[in-house]
Amino acid sequence: MTDLTTTYLGLTLKNPIVASASPLSKKIDSAKKLDEAGVSAIVMYSLFEEQIIHESLELDHFLTRGTDSFAEALSYLPDSGSYATGPGKYLDHVTAVKKAVSVPVIGSLNGVSKGGWTKYARHIQDAGADALELNLYYVASDPNLTAVELEDAYAELVAEVKGSISIPLAVKLSPFFTSIPNVCKKLAEAGADGLVLFNRFYQPDFDLDELDVVHTLHLSNSTELNLPLRWISILYGKVKADLALTSGVHTAQDVIKSMMAGAQVTMLASELLANGYKRVPEILSVMEAWMQEREYLSVKQMQGSMSQQAVREPAAFERANYMKVLGSWRDLP
Amino acid sequence: MAKRKMITIDGNEAAASIAHRTSEVIAIYPITPSSNMGELADEWSAKSKKNIWGTVPLVVEMQSEGGAAGSVHGALQTGALSTTFTASQGLLLMIPNMYKIAGELTSTVFHIAARAVAAQSLSIFGDHQDVMACRQTGWAMLASGGVQEAHDLALVAHAATLKTRIPFLHFFDGFRTSHEVTKIEYLEDDDVRSMIDDDLVREHRARALTPEKPVLRGTAMNPDVYFQGRESVNKYYEAVPGAVQAEMDKFAKLTGRQYKLFDYVGHPEAERVIVLMGSGGETVEATVKFLAEKGEKVGAVRVRLYRPFSIQHFVDALPASVKVLSVLDRTKEPGSAGEPLYLDIVNAVAESERSIKVVGGRYGLSSKEFTPAMVKAVLDEAAKDKPKNHFTVGIKDDVSNTSLDYDPSFSVEYPETVRCLFFGLGADGTVGANKNSIKIIGEETDNNAQGYFVYDSKKSGSLTISHLRFGPKPLQTPYLITPGTANFVACHQFSFLERFDILKYAQPGATFLLNSTFGADEVWDELPVEVQEVIIEKKLKFYNINAYEVAEKTGMGTRINTIMQTCFFAISGVLPREQAIAEIKHAIEKTYGKRGEAVVKQNFEAVDQTLAHLSEVKVPAAVSSQISRRAPVPFGAPEFVKDVLGPIIAFEGDNLPVSAMPVDGTFPTGTTQWEKRNISLEIPVWEPDLCIQCGKCVFVCPHAVIRHKVYDKGLLENAPETFKSMDSKFKEFPGMAYTIQVAPEDCTGCTLCVEACPAKDKTQVGRKAINMAAQPPLRETETKNWDFFLDIPEVERSAFNPNTIKNSQLLQPLFEFSGACTGCGETPYVKLVSQLFGDRAIVANATGCSSIYGGNLPTTPWAQNKDGRGPAWSNSLFEDNAEFGLGMRLTIDKQNEYARELLPHFAPELGSELVEGLLNADQSDEKGIQEQRERVALLKQKLSMLKNDTKAKDLISIADMLVKKSVWIMGGDGWAYDIGYGGLDHVMASGRNVNILVLDTEVYSNTGGQASKATPRGAVAKFAMAGKGIAKKDLGLIAMSYGYVYVARVAMGASDQQTLKAILEAEAFDGPSIVIAYSHCIAHGIDMAKGLDQQRLAVQSGHWPLFRYNPDLALTGQNPLQIDSKDPSVPLEQYIYNETRYRMLAQSDEERAEMLLKGAQADIKSRWQYYQQMAAMHYGNGNGSEAKEESKGE
Repeated sequence: MTDLTTTYLGLTLKNPIVASASPLSKKIDSAKKLDEAGVSAIVMYSLFEEQIIHESLELDHFLTRGTDSFAEALSYLPDSGSYATGPGKYLDHVTAVKKAVSVPVIGSLNGVSKGGWTKYARHIQDAGADALELNLYYVASDPNLTAVELEDAYAELVAEVKGSISIPLAVKLSPFFTSIPNVCKKLAEAGADGLVLFNRFYQPDFDLDELDVVHTLHLSNSTELNLPLRWISILYGKVKADLALTSGVHTAQDVIKSMMAGAQVTMLASELLANGYKRVPEILSVMEAWMQEREYLSVKQMQGSMSQQAVREPAAFERANYMKVLGSWRDLP
Repeated sequence: MAKRKMITIDGNEAAASIAHRTSEVIAIYPITPSSNMGELADEWSAKSKKNIWGTVPLVVEMQSEGGAAGSVHGALQTGALSTTFTASQGLLLMIPNMYKIAGELTSTVFHIAARAVAAQSLSIFGDHQDVMACRQTGWAMLASGGVQEAHDLALVAHAATLKTRIPFLHFFDGFRTSHEVTKIEYLEDDDVRSMIDDDLVREHRARALTPEKPVLRGTAMNPDVYFQGRESVNKYYEAVPGAVQAEMDKFAKLTGRQYKLFDYVGHPEAERVIVLMGSGGETVEATVKFLAEKGEKVGAVRVRLYRPFSIQHFVDALPASVKVLSVLDRTKEPGSAGEPLYLDIVNAVAESERSIKVVGGRYGLSSKEFTPAMVKAVLDEAAKDKPKNHFTVGIKDDVSNTSLDYDPSFSVEYPETVRCLFFGLGADGTVGANKNSIKIIGEETDNNAQGYFVYDSKKSGSLTISHLRFGPKPLQTPYLITPGTANFVACHQFSFLERFDILKYAQPGATFLLNSTFGADEVWDELPVEVQEVIIEKKLKFYNINAYEVAEKTGMGTRINTIMQTCFFAISGVLPREQAIAEIKHAIEKTYGKRGEAVVKQNFEAVDQTLAHLSEVKVPAAVSSQISRRAPVPFGAPEFVKDVLGPIIAFEGDNLPVSAMPVDGTFPTGTTQWEKRNISLEIPVWEPDLCIQCGKCVFVCPHAVIRHKVYDKGLLENAPETFKSMDSKFKEFPGMAYTIQVAPEDCTGCTLCVEACPAKDKTQVGRKAINMAAQPPLRETETKNWDFFLDIPEVERSAFNPNTIKNSQLLQPLFEFSGACTGCGETPYVKLVSQLFGDRAIVANATGCSSIYGGNLPTTPWAQNKDGRGPAWSNSLFEDNAEFGLGMRLTIDKQNEYARELLPHFAPELGSELVEGLLNADQSDEKGIQEQRERVALLKQKLSMLKNDTKAKDLISIADMLVKKSVWIMGGDGWAYDIGYGGLDHVMASGRNVNILVLDTEVYSNTGGQASKATPRGAVAKFAMAGKGIAKKDLGLIAMSYGYVYVARVAMGASDQQTLKAILEAEAFDGPSIVIAYSHCIAHGIDMAKGLDQQRLAVQSGHWPLFRYNPDLALTGQNPLQIDSKDPSVPLEQYIYNETRYRMLAQSDEERAEMLLKGAQADIKSRWQYYQQMAAMHYGNGNGSEAKEESKGE
């Protein structure tokens, strides 16, 4: 019997396929289906800092605008009294999902600034989450903002969040750092128990008919796997944090590669959104067959087996060009 | 006696609180100023608030007040305790049912925020004209004079109606009481239970119609018995006064507040006594007490129970010493022997055989101020040997000389009372903050507290004035703070100082708080000289703050409410500063907490940062300013505008004498051009290098402030230096010049023009051919440019075809600069109609937003062209607008017919060519119309020579009817879908050539966003707090069912060309036409700048399919229905969740929102399929192929 179990953030998981933050966790029903399909944990969709603040201010703006200005219409909308503008609805949902599924539930918080909203990390914990994923991404457009300042701010934020909770904390990152290992080390030292590589974003696109900027988010494909694969391989064994690979995981082979690079878990969303829940048992089944065929006994056995530390040519991970040179030259005895 | 909690609420809430707790079925319909009684009832039931029997009252919105009365009648007849709320014309619509309800001896109470009725003009404000029109219906009438009384007597009315079986009108003064916020003692549920006798409730039920115990009620009687039947009820009426007094006595035991049917106050040996009812009674009571304490033998009788009128109780209330009774009526009955209360008192005195002189007078119509000074004038008049009868007080009547003079400086207010005035901008939140302030003072101190709020008539850039009083002594002050008496005056908008005499209200030594963008050391020099003079003369303590800076820093935008509120508490010292700040924060949490922590945090930051920015200004000893207050209208304005409208603009309309008023409500049009409001900080600026001259910016402008013209290049010789121009790209006008010009002082800054502009700079796409820029630096130059632009001749109407957007916008708008909301979605359609047909249009306008921005004083946006032609406009009522417009059409048709009949008689004098020309004129285009106008001018000229021919005179008087007229019946969805639907349906069915424009905002916008049958499934509105559960009525489909009505559904943000085409076709169609126009609205809770985008999404989602149904096509064998929009292509949620009206349901009840979204999406699918099938049908002998091609849409 092949052992597919793995550990992530101190949680023992039945296999390395975790549902990443996506609309699939927005409904109890779909969360249940993820569970039934066999994922080993569910990362909830994100509670956004912007959402907490913006929804509240926006609702207030539109309920207030135009009021008390004209004698016949002292307001234009009824003010029913209770709105789920902030995190209340999200927190209730975390609790409900946790109750509905058998696997661990990981809350997700998305934001970059320090301040009152980080207390929602604690609220997510209180709502029943088994762990928390903090999603960090800030588009630095100010030429005076240095990388160090931004990275330090990230670390401070991680420390602040870590200080407010007792459940494990994972930090989801973008690949856009000059020195990813250094950033990861800083974040691990600040309190991150796990690092999730990498985030995918809405990117601006241009509508050439209207000359407008539009935002698009395409589902990933397997070619995107290589980027996180490289960095997981490099980071494995170098930072004191669990590694999760996300972006471009679509097949059993992708999962296996991720494990070999050194990930504790892989995270899927695009594949499930495109091809349905059935892909989880399919991937697990192919993976198990592959492992059996090659006589791998467990996932743990594979993990890190092709990391930079474990391969014969560590430099393969460090060069981006001149591949032929890398492969053709060798000192002969 | 149990101590009850004190609450600070308004009169509407005070009455509704009792009504809701004592009713099972409540029927509601919005009408100012009673709407929020219905809103509260709906809200309480939506929140499962129970009545005193532990069940939640059922609240249902009806299609009209007539409908509400009808359903209440039905509910009562089947045994429910039922109530409703209304005012003014709404109450008049209930009268037929009121006779029935009384005739059947049915217990109920209607709560009325008494309001003026529409006569020479509409007025939303308070008087007793509406309730007095009901005094003959057989209802008991109980009058409350203040907020506490509205609470107390509402309960007395509900108790007494059960006891007596007589229905009660419980009324209080609209706005003055309905909207005054006052600290009152709250009647707990146990109090209400103590007053309501459950045995009587069961007796009421026992009289109900039920098949278990069938009876018949409502027979038709004949001459033999009807009379006797009518007399059979007398004993019930005779019992009412005693029963009401008994309830009042019972109430007094419960609460300590003793009311009498006729409450006498004043000197025990009074000789001069005023009799009146309503809130004026408070003013009179305070004044006679003041004077009686000084030894004057004066008194007052406050009438509580007006019907049934108990002569005995009235006479018993009068001291034996009374010599003169001055009876004050807050109503007007032209042509009567006297107003109703006066006549009743004359009769009572006559029947009592007392020797008392009775005089009557009118006061306070339409919330006209009624002050102690006026009361004193009435009493002084009564002291004369021959006191004036049928007088007026509070106005200057220089026509009939009815008015009494009074000394406005006379005051009876307690010196301990603090009076504070706040001048705010509608959008800055001043009123909301003051409502909170008065609650804080009322509930956190031992002071009595009162707040009353005055608004101007504009929906954008409006001025608000908050009148706050508080103090240890009772506040019998239902009148505004008078000049020279305010302890505290705050001006929240610096520009007001340039426009209004604000500081006339300050008493010597008062405090003046100003929000300005200047520092404390520089503000003095920026003040107009008149303001400096008053500050020095009255020795005012002057504080300055740049609240906008604090608001900006703390993310509050332009909402300076909490900042100014903090300043008020800090300076006024009404509470210790720290406590005040804690209370403000508490109020913020209470008000905004439910909207999320971010809002609370932002407001807290604003409060915390305020005091550091507040400074006292050192006042110099002498004035130094070179700036003077601006005249309300420009120097060049016509006399009437300067003399009559100018004072109204300057808030000095109270000083206008009767002679200044038109006698029949007729006003000149085109007067908004003189009211330069300068309300926008930014205006659009044209960039000719990018402009493609498409005219879209001009098309969508809600206020007609952006216009374009083509003109002879030679005119540019005299152009101001900064006037912009480019070569015309119009194929009809080669070689000419072209300009887009903005009216800088009239623009409201909505940015719809920028949003609509399709031309982007190729090297910098953020720059368009129209961009917003700061107004102040442009004001002077652009005003000159605008004036120059106006002087450029309009393009001759017959020189082009208006069937393209750019061409249509060459037509002069004859609807301009209205007071509609910034970015209004209705007015661009109205403006378009005025451009296309305005010079020959008559408009019947249903009451609602469009009648308010179209016809509310001081100035009117309907305008005239250089020939003096333009739309003639009128508003009849809310419910009858279609019929009103049809009547206009009938006149035109009849007089046209008569003119055509007369013409042949004059063939010898006129010549057959002229006669034939007039009779057979082709007026299908501008050229033909122009030629007909010329013929008519010639006709009149020739006829005028036949001096003694009466038929010639007749023909001259109706000759203009030979020129084609365009009748437009306009109004909102509340009118077209609900209250006016019956008439609309009939008028469509009439086959007459009228054009109906439905400005569909999907909600009653003017009264504050109540649901109509146009409200879509899933949208939240007042009266539909839980989100409307049923689909929007398809008015277009209903109209199409006639087959001979032209029907179009348009949304200019989705397709401006289709809108233009539909409106042109509708007008050209020789029969009834209806155009249903999607109008984005502030009540949707959207960014109004994105209104056009929302229109597009409404169409793309299939919520608002565009179509035209032209019966003329069927005549040629084509399918009359042409669908002009493509298959729904975006999910409904992508459209609706941009709007707060939908989103707030998703935020408050996600499950229901999802359910309704699914339902609405299904509605779209089935309707789209239905339309497709209709559009694919084969018609007549044609093969339908043409129609099929067309139906593919744009």
